[in-house]
Amino acid sequence: MKTGSNMGQGKNLGLAQAKARSTARAATLFLFPALVLITIFIVYPVIDTFVISGYKWNGISAERVFIGMENWKTLIHDEMFWKSFHHNLIVMVFSILLQIPIGMLLATFLDAGGKKFNIFKIIWFLPYLMSSVAIAFLFVYALATNGGLVSSLATIIQGKRTTVDLLGTAPNALYTIIGVMAWQFTPFYMVYFIAGYGNIDTTIYEAAIIDGATRGQYLRYIAIPLLGPIFKTACTMSLIGSLKYFDMIWNMTQGGPAGSTELMATYMYKLSFQQFNMGYGSTVAAGMFILITAIALFFTKVFKVKEEY
Amino acid sequence: MTESTQQKTAEKAENNCAAEKEKTDAYRLSRIRSGIAWGFAFLFALVQLVLTLTPFFFMLMNSFRKQFDMLQQGVFHLPDPWYFQNYVEVVTHGFFGFFMRSVYVVAVSLVLMLIISSFAAYPLARMKFKLNPYIYATIVAMMSVPMHVTLIPTFKLVTNVGLNDTLESLIGPYVAFALPMSVFILTAFMKTIPKEIEESAEIDGCNRYQNFFRMILPLSKSGLSTLAIYNGVAMWNEFAFANTFLISPENKTLPLALGQFKGEHSMNIPINMAVLTLSVLPMIILFIVFQDKLVKGMMAGAVKG
Repeated sequence: MKTGSNMGQGKNLGLAQAKARSTARAATLFLFPALVLITIFIVYPVIDTFVISGYKWNGISAERVFIGMENWKTLIHDEMFWKSFHHNLIVMVFSILLQIPIGMLLATFLDAGGKKFNIFKIIWFLPYLMSSVAIAFLFVYALATNGGLVSSLATIIQGKRTTVDLLGTAPNALYTIIGVMAWQFTPFYMVYFIAGYGNIDTTIYEAAIIDGATRGQYLRYIAIPLLGPIFKTACTMSLIGSLKYFDMIWNMTQGGPAGSTELMATYMYKLSFQQFNMGYGSTVAAGMFILITAIALFFTKVFKVKEEY
Repeated sequence: MTESTQQKTAEKAENNCAAEKEKTDAYRLSRIRSGIAWGFAFLFALVQLVLTLTPFFFMLMNSFRKQFDMLQQGVFHLPDPWYFQNYVEVVTHGFFGFFMRSVYVVAVSLVLMLIISSFAAYPLARMKFKLNPYIYATIVAMMSVPMHVTLIPTFKLVTNVGLNDTLESLIGPYVAFALPMSVFILTAFMKTIPKEIEESAEIDGCNRYQNFFRMILPLSKSGLSTLAIYNGVAMWNEFAFANTFLISPENKTLPLALGQFKGEHSMNIPINMAVLTLSVLPMIILFIVFQDKLVKGMMAGAVKG
């Protein structure tokens, strides 16, 4: 055996190399389509956004004028941009405060109840199946002052015709949208936390019960601490999601009334595809990219979320 | 001496009794407390149920009303009479076109996305090569790139290639943006498949490619089906790209149908509610059929999180 291995060492090395080479070839082949698509539709556009941000361009004509950092100077002094960023931050804070705790409570309830609570799970999940556009249209009508749910309810309670204008007035509109967002996304976090509870080894639960823990104690001292990493990941997802929010708000208020629900994405869209100011629109998009990346990085560093969320 | 021992035993017995009593008290108390806790839990569950269902109730009930019945009857009143003409109107005015175009885009994108992401996940989960961790990290990092940042350059690209206002223009971005999350979840999933399966297949003369198609891919089926559900819902509902790329009404997908119908019947709320109901219905049916897969796949993805 010994002599054999000595003799075959050179050959083995050659074999190992050949194997590594064939592995590299196979890996390249398998990864190729994914990398090409990601490059064309994600990496290149992000770079190109920064390139276009150096031009004055209406998006249609071939004429593009290079203006250097002009757009960026405008962006830094653009009150509307910072105002919409501020709105994004408000949406972000309230999204995390609403969607994640409620989602977690719902998941806890379902986990404690087991299979017999399935009907709750099905119904609670329904909002997430609706598209943001559909939700926007539905709530525009459901919150309308004329024949809407809230106004009708207020009329019944007050006993006389009462209108509650949730989407038409300045401070209300943004908070109403935050509420609707919570309605839409809480189910997602609920399922996420259900999965988290499901991943906890059942033997841990059994051991805790044998040691005399009650269900409540198990939840408080074992299950919820074990959910820690999932909790952080959920926060990160909610954070990124609310910073790039667009579809629903676009179809509900288009940033109005008077810019009070303008978010970075809606502002960018308005500039680029309504006012055909693609150069500056790209600058806003690039600014948005920088801000989102910075906030996400800061968050992952501070809360030590694992890289692979 | 004897008296004191007697006393002691008596004391002991009393203590025991008290302890027993305390124990049952504690037990009763914990029962009551857990009862109260469940009471609150159910109250909370009920509130959530009402909040979730009320908008759906509003949508469904109004879709069965005549145009002016809504304001006259009030929203909490059942439709009187039940009026089905809204649905007939919606279905006969191009709803199926929107529907089928969405089916086409989602089907093509999903199939491509599932093939490509399982291709990519296989080497990342199973092969040792130098660049592996870097490629994996890069792909995963793409998850946080906001779709809307890429809108202008992609619009430019699509126009330059001459694909603007076609359904095919949506497929590239849909597949690409679904890839990072899918590769991430599938890689985690494939790592859980025992190595021995591949090794024994290799001994039986399977090469890597046969291994992938005959062993790994079939075993990843449950992971793939979850990805199909999540990304299917996302693509079915996608708005920003579709709204930017598609211009003519005969090319628009379902999320744009809502705006199209609203433009034509802006004052007719019941018709709009019928469109909404019809557009969510397929998702709800699919969800009820596949709901178990939804949580299981999330578990695979959440393991690492």
